[in-house]
Amino acid sequence: MTELVKLSLSEQLEGLKTKSFSSKELTEAFLKEIKSKSSLNTFISVYEEEALKNSSIADKNISNNRTRILEGIPIAHKDIFCIENKKTTCGSKMLENFISPYSSEVYSRLNNLGAITLGKTNMDEFAMGSSNETSYFGKVFNPIDKKYSPGGSSGGSAAAVRANQCSFATGTDTGGSIRQPASFCGVTGIKPTYGRVSRWGMIAFASSLDQGGILAKNAKDAALALHCISGFDEKDSTSLNEPVGDYINEINSKEEHVLGIPKILIDKISNNSVKENFNNAIEILKEDGVKIEEIDLPHIEYSLPAYYVIAPAECSANLARYDGIRFGHRSEHASSLEELYFNSRTEGFGKEVKNRIFIGTFCLSAGYFDAFYKKALRIRRLIKSDFDKAFKKVSSIAMPTCANTSFELGSISSPVEMYEQDVYTIPANLAGLPAISIPSGIHNKMPLGIQFLGSYLDEGKILNLANKFQNLTDFHEYE
Amino acid sequence: MNTNSWESVIGLEIHVQLATFTKLFSSSPTVFGSEPNTQASEIDLGLPGVLPVLNKEAISFAIKFGCAIDAKISNQVVFARKNYFYPDLPKGYQISQLDDPIVGEGKVKILLGDEEKTIGITRAHLEEDAGKSIHDLFNESSAIDLNRAGTCLLEIVSEPDLRSANEAVEYLKKIHKIITFLGISDGNMSQGSMRCDANVSMRKFGDDKLGTRTELKNINSFKFVEKAINYEISRQIKELEKGNSIKQETRLYDSTKNTTRSMRSKEEANDYRYFPEPDLIPIRIPKDLVNEIKQNLPELPEALKKRFIDSYNLSDEDADLIIANKETASFFEGVLSHNVSAKSAINWITGGLFALMNKNDLSILDSKITPEHIAEIIKNTDNQKISGPSAKKLLELLWESGGNVEKIIIKEGLEQISNDNQVEKILDEVILENQKQFSQLKEGKDRLQGFFVGQVMKKTSGSASPQVVNKLLKEKLSK
Repeated sequence: MTELVKLSLSEQLEGLKTKSFSSKELTEAFLKEIKSKSSLNTFISVYEEEALKNSSIADKNISNNRTRILEGIPIAHKDIFCIENKKTTCGSKMLENFISPYSSEVYSRLNNLGAITLGKTNMDEFAMGSSNETSYFGKVFNPIDKKYSPGGSSGGSAAAVRANQCSFATGTDTGGSIRQPASFCGVTGIKPTYGRVSRWGMIAFASSLDQGGILAKNAKDAALALHCISGFDEKDSTSLNEPVGDYINEINSKEEHVLGIPKILIDKISNNSVKENFNNAIEILKEDGVKIEEIDLPHIEYSLPAYYVIAPAECSANLARYDGIRFGHRSEHASSLEELYFNSRTEGFGKEVKNRIFIGTFCLSAGYFDAFYKKALRIRRLIKSDFDKAFKKVSSIAMPTCANTSFELGSISSPVEMYEQDVYTIPANLAGLPAISIPSGIHNKMPLGIQFLGSYLDEGKILNLANKFQNLTDFHEYE
Repeated sequence: MNTNSWESVIGLEIHVQLATFTKLFSSSPTVFGSEPNTQASEIDLGLPGVLPVLNKEAISFAIKFGCAIDAKISNQVVFARKNYFYPDLPKGYQISQLDDPIVGEGKVKILLGDEEKTIGITRAHLEEDAGKSIHDLFNESSAIDLNRAGTCLLEIVSEPDLRSANEAVEYLKKIHKIITFLGISDGNMSQGSMRCDANVSMRKFGDDKLGTRTELKNINSFKFVEKAINYEISRQIKELEKGNSIKQETRLYDSTKNTTRSMRSKEEANDYRYFPEPDLIPIRIPKDLVNEIKQNLPELPEALKKRFIDSYNLSDEDADLIIANKETASFFEGVLSHNVSAKSAINWITGGLFALMNKNDLSILDSKITPEHIAEIIKNTDNQKISGPSAKKLLELLWESGGNVEKIIIKEGLEQISNDNQVEKILDEVILENQKQFSQLKEGKDRLQGFFVGQVMKKTSGSASPQVVNKLLKEKLSK
């Protein structure tokens, strides 16, 4: 039955509907993969018994013709999404024993649509990292080659999809945390428009940049899964009260595409295999009738420094609640309030999280606020307006997802070098735009990815383009 | 010490708890005095992944206040995070407003003797309250009650326009009156619905430059505001007279010792690292909403006083007594709606009712006496159905247990005996019992007339009509 896990989401749905196999069989098959490949360290929690129980309920629903959209489909959640009465660790010692008393909107929606939760996936601590090495629960290994990083911070989700341990997985993307691991693991990852997916119950890293999304085997699966988690939520004030597009139909519709290429940025790519792969991918689309247009994004080179001010600034406030008072890690070595704060936070947070809290606290401090935070906000506005201008001419924009293929675990020790991983993914977060990463080739056995950015709420367009590319190529296919 | 050469300069920061049904950013109720931590949701606890949703009622309450002080209302509501660590501040930051407060510059008038003085208001902004730390409940540990965490506060900041503790108290009373007449707060200082910090500095008369100020915290009654400021003024003068300079610092008022003591110096002051709250996008305030609120603003104390004086011919003192608070003013108008004279209404409210309220330490709302009761007492007295003493007795009975005025008059036999035959029978009895005095009266000892009236009243428990007794007595004397 191991072949079941290799089917795409749409094939699994079809199989369940025609009763070629049961949800229980499908769930068992995935649980078997989770067990046999446990050395990948993709999961922090696995709900074996509960998943099996729920799969039987799903099977009953299917035979009673009470089939919901995702009835009986086994999935995984990044351990940043709270689930009621379940441990939600965010990859941190701070929340090692935190059991959430409430559920995130993303979880609730998928659960209400019949999906079966297999477990929670590993991640960089508080979603801060690009290699999945900062998790308190140990690093995640790339299923393609265990020497390599799966990327981060949604590395557990990307690796679990690649290793056939779930039908699809949820992730979050603050500066590339869905797209970069998707690229490194050779899967499809989409971060929608900021505000499209509710952040309720999704543990905050940088509130103005965080956005939930999907890691899946292909664009078609991602379209269905994204449709299920999208839509207005009154519990999230930044949630967009706009209708959700019909991604499943849009993905196959005949669309005119004008694809923008930021020429200067592409010319500057130093890694030849990345540049060559990108140009080849554009050729494939061009040959299929996609119009290519050169565009200029003059301020995009300032994305990285702006991001590494704004994201840490917001994180320094978002992580202030982990003080050892009401929940989370509480130091046993404290004789005063000051010591309780100091020791709980020192013991509970890892090095990278501390780095970012320090950076953020500094950037917001009196005397530095204008020079750092305010300036970063100005750059952010300029980058947004660059995109606004570009989208007057083009319907999507293409960029490589990453500046390189995956690197070996432990090979990058400089934080700045690690931060540079996000150079192509950050602009979409700063501008709040939807972006999808899909596999575009292989270099030295490791996958490369291409990224399409869409205009505001134009998820349908980039999903359509990604699907078009996947219909023309087989880079997204794997065993 | 030459206190006459020093001028005190005072500004107040008043925190008003708005009487919204739910908290500022959560749907938890705000009832005072509930069991600890029973009115705190996951949002108030600052659990990982929660998000704030703004309570619209708070916006209209703040606008009401702005309109009442003739202030400019901002065209948007925008929040900022104020970062500091404290155990009863669950998120490690307070959601407050920094730039662009909802209420801009305004002014209020206070009365100092016969002189009117205008006090400038710098701003008023919305923010959430913290919880409460309780240090005397358990041995060796402190307790935290988060019922109050997240309730709506309006912080009203005055210009340094106040020149004495007395002016500060008058200003505070004026604000209290405005917010209670607007119905946006219960203004209950003992329950912390209105709290006050004072900024105090000294300068030589004639100087334009402000002296170094200290901030007095924790002064939560009208009495303490006066005492704390007066203590601080004399402390500062003493220091200055000694040639010392004033240190800019925060001082805590100790009401038991009636002193202020240093809490933290300027150097130790928190750097709050304010930055825009990313979880709440700015909300536009439509002009129409402001206009609508302005048009429907309830009558404010000054206008009400003027109307009472003009239309009911009240004296200045009576008008002040009646508009002391909103409840009394509307009680007064309630009495008048039953077509009785304003003069009688004033007398019964400020004489009879106030005495009972003071004696029992209850407010007019807590009393069982309704405006209709007072009106009926007045009517029954005016048409001489009951005597003055009986009316007083009736008021006391109503105070005790309320009820129907007519029924009480019958049940208690309060009806005035004005039937000549009935009164004559009793008078005859009295004369028979006091023959000696009666002959003395006949011989011209006029002051005995009162004795006979009194004896009749005594026998009838005050229900005989004194006029009738006098008339009959005269008839008997002339016989």
